[in-house]
Amino acid sequence: MLDDFLVRATLAGIGVAIAAAPLGCFVVWRRMAYFGDATAHAAVLGVALSLAFSLSIFTGVLTIALLVALLVSSLNGRNLAVDTMLGVISHSALALGLVAVSLLEGVRIDLMAYLFGDILAVGRADLSIIWLGALTVLGLSLWRWQALLTSTLNTDLAHASGLNPKAEQMVLTICLALVVAVAMKVVGALLIGAMLIIPAAAARPVARTPEMMAVLAAAIGALSAVLGLQVSILYDTPAGPSIVCIAAFIFALTQGVAGFRQA
Amino acid sequence: MPLLQAHMSLIKAKGLSVILGRHKALEHVDMTVEPGEIITVVGPNGSGKTTLLRSLIGAISPSAGTVERRAGLRIGYVPQGLSIDPTLPITVERFLSLPVRRAASDVDAALAQANVTGLRRKQMSGLSGGQFQRVLLARALLEKPHLLILDEPTTGLDQPGSAGFYRQIEDLRQDTGCAVLMVSHELHVVMSASDRVICLNGHVCCHGAPDVVASAPEYRALFGSGTGGALALYRHDHDHHHHHHEHDHA
Repeated sequence: MLDDFLVRATLAGIGVAIAAAPLGCFVVWRRMAYFGDATAHAAVLGVALSLAFSLSIFTGVLTIALLVALLVSSLNGRNLAVDTMLGVISHSALALGLVAVSLLEGVRIDLMAYLFGDILAVGRADLSIIWLGALTVLGLSLWRWQALLTSTLNTDLAHASGLNPKAEQMVLTICLALVVAVAMKVVGALLIGAMLIIPAAAARPVARTPEMMAVLAAAIGALSAVLGLQVSILYDTPAGPSIVCIAAFIFALTQGVAGFRQA
Repeated sequence: MPLLQAHMSLIKAKGLSVILGRHKALEHVDMTVEPGEIITVVGPNGSGKTTLLRSLIGAISPSAGTVERRAGLRIGYVPQGLSIDPTLPITVERFLSLPVRRAASDVDAALAQANVTGLRRKQMSGLSGGQFQRVLLARALLEKPHLLILDEPTTGLDQPGSAGFYRQIEDLRQDTGCAVLMVSHELHVVMSASDRVICLNGHVCCHGAPDVVASAPEYRALFGSGTGGALALYRHDHDHHHHHHEHDHA
């Protein structure tokens, strides 16, 4: 079954959707959209690092993503607003990555594959890394779920209950780096942010509890991956962007349903 | 040594100083909370009231001095102006099960104790200001607290609403024996419901029994002498209430 590239691609897409869903909800609830983008964009720098030091792409991207995620989560906007700082880091990291990749001698790489993903080329090894990463993120977020949710609602409530919101923030930071590393192959550095935000945002109007929102986000993400791949094969469109387009379409649908209900 | 522990202070702050940015928010504050007492912290805006509470729960680390919490101390905390991001869907019963999962019967009991039954399945975003504050109180009560800490818990309530809220805090102290530490602007309502009042303005200006504080020159310098009359008026009301304890619970 895994011999079929489409089956591998579909399984990879579903794996990323499952990893991105709970984290994406926290990114939405905590208004960290820029934080996700900054970390994802820095992944291109990770690619350059991997090629320069002959590491696996996964290792290089994970390392850089973790470093940038730690950097941006320690920002507290002393002189500039946090969103400005994140904008600076996000785009500088992307530019630096693109320059670094071009400087590598004797290496010709398909930059498009790293910017927009190369899901149809997912091999068995990629697949196992993606699912290992996805299950780790899922396990971490399930384990810390109650504490993460409390800290997200209000850090003082968390403190009063004896929790440490900074430690919970660290869990999210690590999860974010993991998601970036596993999603790189599937949707590419530029669209990882979309896989985090759009399914979660699409789930919001139809969810009554945080858990329901996370589960729905995973379902919407997975559905987007399956349908996006079919569309991509059928119309010969790029796979990663097609997946994101389907997610955006579902987002528009649920927003419409919510608007209709209110009217 | 559980016997000995029963006589220990719940929280003891010694020489507590906090610097926020470049601003000295608290300077050398000494205070203790004993089991079962109601303490109110009053003071003008920016006098460090919220900073004091947040330091006591461990959300802010002091730049000098210490905060000692009794081992195993359970705190029920009602923060000031909690707002839930509209992107986060959450029902009342789900909110009450954070960070510890609670049985449905406990949730119902806490809602009843906070005088808001029947809200379990409502969205937090759909509650009125008064209901929201009482749900926060219910959540604090679920911790089975030794100490209830309330930061301006009646923000957004009208005068009868907040008077009712504070009467209920007193009843809760009676029923559960927990100590209460609260910050309030409503001096005349709050002060006579308290055993002790701490008047704060970056440092402790004065403290003691409500009538002692109300007549202290430091207090009058901050708030004027106008509240003295209201205090007496309220105290009368308040004594009266205790004789008819049951009526309010219908």
